Amino acid sequence: MGESVPAGETPVVQLRGVRKTYGERVVTEVLKGIDLQIGPRDLSALTGPSGSGKTTLLNLVGLLDRPTSGTVEIEGTDVGGLDDGDRTGLRAAKLGFVFQFHHLMPAFTALENVAMPLLARHGRPAPWIRERALALLDEVGLAERARYRATDLSGGQAQRVAIARALVAEPALVLADEPTGNLDTETSAQVVELLERINARRGTAFLIVTHEASVAERCHRIVHMVDGRIDSDRRR
Amino acid sequence: MPFPLFVALRYLRDQPLQTGLILSGIGVGVAVIIFLSALITGLQQSIIERTLGSQAHVVVRPQEESPRVHPDAGGALVSPSVEQPPQRVRPIDGWPDLRDELARLPGVSGVAPTINGPAIAARGGGSVALAVRGIEPASYLAIVDLESRLVDGELELTGLQAAVGTELARKLGIGVGGRIRIQTTGERGGVYTVAAIFDFNSVSLNESLVFVSLRTAQTLFGIEGGVSALELVTEDIFAAEALAARIRDRTGLDARSWMEQNGDLLVGLRSQSMSSIMIQVFVILAVALGIASVLAVSVVQKAREVGILRATGTRAGSITQIFLVQGALLGAVGSIAGIALGTALAMFFASVARNPDGSATFPVALTGWLYGRSVIIAMGVGVLAAVLPARDASRMDPATVIRNG
Repeated sequence: MGESVPAGETPVVQLRGVRKTYGERVVTEVLKGIDLQIGPRDLSALTGPSGSGKTTLLNLVGLLDRPTSGTVEIEGTDVGGLDDGDRTGLRAAKLGFVFQFHHLMPAFTALENVAMPLLARHGRPAPWIRERALALLDEVGLAERARYRATDLSGGQAQRVAIARALVAEPALVLADEPTGNLDTETSAQVVELLERINARRGTAFLIVTHEASVAERCHRIVHMVDGRIDSDRRR
Repeated sequence: MPFPLFVALRYLRDQPLQTGLILSGIGVGVAVIIFLSALITGLQQSIIERTLGSQAHVVVRPQEESPRVHPDAGGALVSPSVEQPPQRVRPIDGWPDLRDELARLPGVSGVAPTINGPAIAARGGGSVALAVRGIEPASYLAIVDLESRLVDGELELTGLQAAVGTELARKLGIGVGGRIRIQTTGERGGVYTVAAIFDFNSVSLNESLVFVSLRTAQTLFGIEGGVSALELVTEDIFAAEALAARIRDRTGLDARSWMEQNGDLLVGLRSQSMSSIMIQVFVILAVALGIASVLAVSVVQKAREVGILRATGTRAGSITQIFLVQGALLGAVGSIAGIALGTALAMFFASVARNPDGSATFPVALTGWLYGRSVIIAMGVGVLAAVLPARDASRMDPATVIRNG
């Protein structure tokens, strides 16, 4: 289970026997041996009931957490031996994040929020960063809102800005945790359409955690988790 | 603009009330430091100026004469007690060479030969005990600015001319051009014409000190060609004691600094400085706690954003820098406001309290060093106060803060 990358291609993410437990006296095993490959251009949904381990898995893939055992590889690099600084560098270069709540920084404009990952990496503003952030805002249909503060955007607009932010460093994989969970049906459909379009146009892989069947069904692949294990992994 | 500065500036601008309050706190703290330092330094400078305005920083004299003990033929001491002999006005051997040598010492900005001895002034039926000082006006002006102390006449001390203080002139009822008889204990003396009257702002000095020319004093005290003291001024007045010790070691002469001669004054000045430093330390502590508490609250408020920054690839070091820069910025801007407020307060205070002659009762010393020091202290305190909040921020687990956000 979990082998989904054509021969000759390096998977963006490769998980082998990943387990994750919490607690010392009372041990809770959240992930119970996960094997999973995510290939380039995959548009994958990660579904499952609450407590099935979806967000934990997402955090491990996103290098925000470390597995108790097993290995996580990002584009062929085993991240187990990397220190915090190297993990941060790899995360900045290869991964993008979209959260249920857009988590934009309210003190900054839409343009600055999109540019933030590159500003942090580059160390100072530069014309090319601004141009790339503007191009992405244009791609998500918000070029005219570039100078708006994050607090002046609607929920759907803010989430689109968050998607642009996730893409600005041109990551190989975007991890989205319930990206439509806080949006109404119409806005939710627009956001999913945007993700599909970006996937098709840019070839960026997506791993989308969702509870919504309508979102999952628009993905190429649905990985269903139950009780810390992958219950099913089917391509459409 | 570097990334940490960009984010720090925006965070501060985004919370105007919080930023304004802490800036006010730092500003008031720095203003207190500026005001207190300016006032106390000004007062100390004024006291030192008044004290040293009429004396040298170091005075070099021959060693005092010690009693001689004469044993009898069998080696036994005959006298039941040993008495200190009366001190005479004695010359320094080879003083011209020594003067040149002292003038070449590092930190010495002026040397003047003088002769100091006791005498009595008489006019009509009145007489007053004097301290006569023989000087070369040209070299002595580098030690004491006599010109600025003159209230009448001119400092031309040739032949039998003398400069007397205002109190002596009043007591003897004389003015410029008047004549007084000055006589030493050695029964030498003469009638001198008053060429100038000075005011040292000291009743005892104005009453007893009389200046005559060096040559006249040599004759008066019977040390033709000699001088009884070499008086020095130093570039740094507080280096006088070390210089005096060096001269003592080098020449074997009696060298005394103004500090040794004004021990009580020095203790008073030091106590004043200590009180001022203690007050400033507590003010700095209060400012540091203020900055630390504001930044600690800011870290809690920004926890989610810090998590997002970390998740999107910002290194822990950059997160630390964002909060350290905020501390430094608060210190810098707060100190500039404090400098403005402290300067205004000090100048207002100095302008309100005035002496009858128009000079400030409480002189204030507002210097570039005071301003620079205040900015450096405030920025340093800002950065130090930000260390713990910054460390907490950089250690935040992005997954946890995003999950709890």
